[in-house]
Amino acid sequence: MNFVMPNLPLAAAEIFVLTMACVVLLADLFWGKKHPRLAYGLTLFTLAGAFVLTYGLLALIGGEVVATFSNMYVRDVMGDFLKLGVYLAVFAVVVYARGFLAARGQDKGEFYLFVLFALLGMMVMITSNHFLTLYLGLELLALSLYALVALDRDSARATEAAMKYFVLGSLASGLLLYGMSMIYGATGTLEISAIAAQIHQGAARKEVLVFGLVFLMAGLAFKLGVAPFHMWIPDVYHGAPAPIALFIASAPKLATFAMAMRLLVGGLLGLSDQWQLMLMFLAVLSIALGNLAAIAQTNIKRMLGYSAISHMGFLALGLLSGVVEGDPHGALNAYSSAMFYAVVYVLMSLAAFGLVALLSREGIEAEHISDFQGLNKRSPWLAALMGLTMFSMAGVPFFVGFWAKLSVLQAVVQAGYLWLAVFAVVFSLIGAFYYLRIIKVMYFDEPQVLSPVGGPLDARVLLSVNGLLIIGFGLFPEQLMRLCAMSMITSF
Amino acid sequence: MTGLPLLSIAIWLPIIGGCIVLATGDDRRAAIARVLALIVALAGFVVTLPLYLDFDTTTAAMQFVERAMWIPRFNITYFLGVDGISMPFVLLNSFITLIVVIAGWRVIENKVAQYMAAFLMMSGLLNGIFCALDAMLFYVFFEASLIPLYIVIGVWGGANRVYAALKFFLYTLLGSLLMLVAMLWLFNASGGSFSILDWHGIKIDMTAQKLLFLAFFASFAVKVPMWPVHTWLPDAHVEAPTGGSVVLAAIGLKLGAYGFLRLAMPIAPDASHYFAPFIIALSLIAVIYIGFVALVQTDMKKLVAYSSISHMGFVTLGFFIFNPLGVEGALVQMISHGFVSGAMFLCIGVLYDRMHSRQIADYGGVVNTMPKFAALFLLFAMANAGLPATSGFVGEFMVALGAVQFNFWVGAAAATTLILGAAYTLWMYKRVVFGEVANDHVAALTDINAREFLILGVLALCVLGMGLYPKVFTDVMHASVTELLKHVAISKL
Repeated sequence: MNFVMPNLPLAAAEIFVLTMACVVLLADLFWGKKHPRLAYGLTLFTLAGAFVLTYGLLALIGGEVVATFSNMYVRDVMGDFLKLGVYLAVFAVVVYARGFLAARGQDKGEFYLFVLFALLGMMVMITSNHFLTLYLGLELLALSLYALVALDRDSARATEAAMKYFVLGSLASGLLLYGMSMIYGATGTLEISAIAAQIHQGAARKEVLVFGLVFLMAGLAFKLGVAPFHMWIPDVYHGAPAPIALFIASAPKLATFAMAMRLLVGGLLGLSDQWQLMLMFLAVLSIALGNLAAIAQTNIKRMLGYSAISHMGFLALGLLSGVVEGDPHGALNAYSSAMFYAVVYVLMSLAAFGLVALLSREGIEAEHISDFQGLNKRSPWLAALMGLTMFSMAGVPFFVGFWAKLSVLQAVVQAGYLWLAVFAVVFSLIGAFYYLRIIKVMYFDEPQVLSPVGGPLDARVLLSVNGLLIIGFGLFPEQLMRLCAMSMITSF
Repeated sequence: MTGLPLLSIAIWLPIIGGCIVLATGDDRRAAIARVLALIVALAGFVVTLPLYLDFDTTTAAMQFVERAMWIPRFNITYFLGVDGISMPFVLLNSFITLIVVIAGWRVIENKVAQYMAAFLMMSGLLNGIFCALDAMLFYVFFEASLIPLYIVIGVWGGANRVYAALKFFLYTLLGSLLMLVAMLWLFNASGGSFSILDWHGIKIDMTAQKLLFLAFFASFAVKVPMWPVHTWLPDAHVEAPTGGSVVLAAIGLKLGAYGFLRLAMPIAPDASHYFAPFIIALSLIAVIYIGFVALVQTDMKKLVAYSSISHMGFVTLGFFIFNPLGVEGALVQMISHGFVSGAMFLCIGVLYDRMHSRQIADYGGVVNTMPKFAALFLLFAMANAGLPATSGFVGEFMVALGAVQFNFWVGAAAATTLILGAAYTLWMYKRVVFGEVANDHVAALTDINAREFLILGVLALCVLGMGLYPKVFTDVMHASVTELLKHVAISKL
C-alpha cells in the first residue's frame, strides 16, 4: 500500500486550530482559576492566527485549486474566503458571548473549547473533497453545538433544546450518510470530484443516484434549516442561551453553504436538473413558511429563527438559479450571489443576535419583543444599530441586505423564473412586517425600564463595527460582491 | 460654480448634515441642533439655485450630469442628471425642507435633533430620487426615503400613528418590490444595463410592455396615490406631525407621478396608450368621487388629504391624455400643489399647535382672534379651489383645456374639480374661520407670530407669483415635455 505524504502546509490553519484547542484545554485546566480570561484570550489568539495562516496561503497560492490528503482535502479560493468569514464570525461570537456568560458564571474554558472544536469542524467541512471528511467535519461541528446548547446545565429549556437538536440532528446525519452510501453504491467512489467524473461519463445508474440525492438533500436541508426540515430551528434558537443561538445562526451557515456547494455543484452537477427542482420546492416552502410564522412570534429569538428559515430559502433560490446548460456564466453569477447572500446574512445575524445577547446581560434573557420597548430612549445608539440591522434584514436600501436580495433576485430573473421572483418579493414584503415591528417597539413605544443598556466595552465596540459594516457595505457592496464572484470563478 | 457636482451636493449635503445634527445628541443641546439644521437646510436650498439659474431651456438632454461606476458587478452606475421635468422638483424639495425646519422650530420639543435629522436626510434622499438616472440608484433612493418618514410618523405622530406608519410603509413597499422585478427583467432585456436612458430606447413586445407597465403602475399608483390604492394617505396625513404632512404632500406624492413620466411611459409607450383609458377613468374617479368624499370630512387634515388625492387625479389625467397642454399642466399642477397643500397643512398645523384639535366642529370664528392668519389661510384656500391668479388655477386650467382637446366629456368631467374643490375647501374655511367665535378656546387664540408669518408669507408669495407668472416654470419644462411626448408617440414594438 502506498503512503503519500500529505501536503501539510496546506492544512496549516486546521493543524493550528487543533493544537490551540488542546492548549486551551490544558491551560484552562491548570491556570484557569488564576487567570479567568485566559481561555478567552487564547481563543481570540487562535482565531487571529488561523486568519493569518489562511490569508497567507491565499496570498501565496492564489486561484489554483490544490488537493491533498489523497484528494480528501481541497484548497480553493471559495474555501479560503469562507474560512476567513468563519474566523471573523466566530471572533464576533466569542466577544459577544463573554459578557453574557460571565454574568451567569458560565464563562468557563469548556465553552471556548467547544467553540474551537466547532470551528475546526467547520474548517474541515469547507475544505472537504470526500464524503467522509465532509461527514467528519459536519459531525464535529454538530456534536460541539449540541454540547454548547446544553452548556447551561440548570436550564431545563436549554437542555430540552439540546436534546431536540441532538435527536433531530443525528437523524438528519443518518439520512445524509444513507444518501452518501447510495451514491457510493452507484459510482463506486466517495471522493467528490471523482463522483462528478463518474456521473459525467454516464457510468453511474441514474435511479440509484437520484435515490441517494434525495436523502442527501434531506440531510443538507436539515443542516441548512430550510422547510420542511426546519422544525428544530425555532425550538433550538429559543431554548439555547442567546450567545449560543448567535453561534448557531451565524458561522455554521457559511460551512453548510460550503457543504451544499461541494456536494451539489462540485459533485452532483450532472444531476442538477433534479436538485434544482428539489431546491425550488425547499425555497418556496421556506420563504412562505418562514415569513408567515415569524409574524406570530413574541419571542425575538424564535422570530429570528423563523426569519433565518426564510433567508435560507432565499439562499436556496440563489443556488437553484445556476442554469447549467447554455450559460455557464449565468451559473457562476447565481452561485456567487448565493455566497454573497450567505455572507451578508451572517453579518446581519451577528448584529441581531449580538444585540439580543447584550440586552440579556443583566441576569435575565432579553427574549421578548417587549424587552426592546423604548430602546431608543434608553440607548439611542444601540437602538439605531438594531434598527439598521432590522431594515437590512427586511431588504430596504441603503443597507447590505438589499444588495443580497437583489443579487439573488437578479440571478432568478436571469434564469427565467420570473414568477418565482415575484413570489419571493411578495413574501419579502410580508416579512418586512415583523422587522418593522421591532423598530416600532424600539422607537414608538415607551420603555418599561429607563436605565441605559450596559455591556462590556469590547462587545459594544465590535457591535458598532458590525452595524457600520452593514451600512458601509450597503453603500459600497462592490468589494464583497467581487470577492464572492472571484471565489466562484476560480473554484468551479 | 459650473465645475461643482451640484446634484451630488444637493443629495449628500442634507444627508451628511442630518447625521451631524443627529450627533448633537439629546434634548439638552436642542438649540444647537435647531440652528445646525437651519444652516444645513439653507445651504441645501442655496446649492439647488444654480440648477435653475444655469439651466439651459433649449435642450431636452440631461443636464448637470454626473456619472461614475458604482457597482461594476451589476453595471450599476452612480448616474445623476436633471432635465426640465425633474429640475423644478429638486428646487421644490429643498425649499420645502427649509420651510419645514423653520415650521418645526419651537413646535417640536421632544427629540429635536432626531426630528431635524430625519427631515434633512429625507430631503437628500428625495433629491436623489429626482436626480437618479440609473434605475437601481432610483430604486435605492425610492425605498430608502420610506425610512425617515416612517420614523417621523411613528415617533412624533398622533394617537393612531403606529397603524398609519405601518400602513404607509408596507403599502408603498409592495408596489416598489414589484417594480424591482420589472427592473431586473429590463436589466436582462437591455443586455446588462441599469441606465434608464438606455431603457427608453430598447424594443419590447406588447405582452412584456403590458406586464412592465403594470409593475410600474403598482408602485407609482400607490405613491400618487390613485384610487383605489389611496387609503394609506388620509391615515398617514392625519397621524403625521405637521412637518411630515407637509413633506409628504408637497414632495412625497410627486414621486409617483414623476415615476410615471420618467419610467413607465417612456419604457412602455404602447402599453401606456393601451392602459390610458383605464388610468383616465381612475383619475376621473379620484377627481370626482374623492372630491365628494372630501366634502363630508370632519377632520381638517383628512379633508386636505382627500383634496390632495383629488388634485393628483388631475395630474395623472393630464399625463395620460398625451398632449403638451395636459402634461405641462400636470407638471405645473404638481408644483403648485406642492406650495398650496404644504401651506394648507402648515395652516392647520398653526391651529393645531394652539387648540390641539383638527376637528372642524371645534372651531368657528377664528377670524375674530387671528385676522392675519385668516387672510393668509384664505389665499391658500382659494388657491386650493383653483382661483385664477393663484397657482392652483394655472395647472387645472391647462389640464382641463388639454382634456377638452382630447375628449369633450372627459374635459367636462375633469372641470367639475373646479366646483368640487371650491365646495369642500371654502365650506371648511367658512366653518372654521368665519362666523361667531364658537367657544372659549377660540376666544383665547393668539394670532400667528413672526416665524409662522414668515413661512406662510413666503409660501403666499410663491403661490401668487406662480399664479400671475407661471412662465417661470413652464419655460423650463417645455423642451423636455415635448421630447417626452415625441418619444411616447413612437411605437416600440
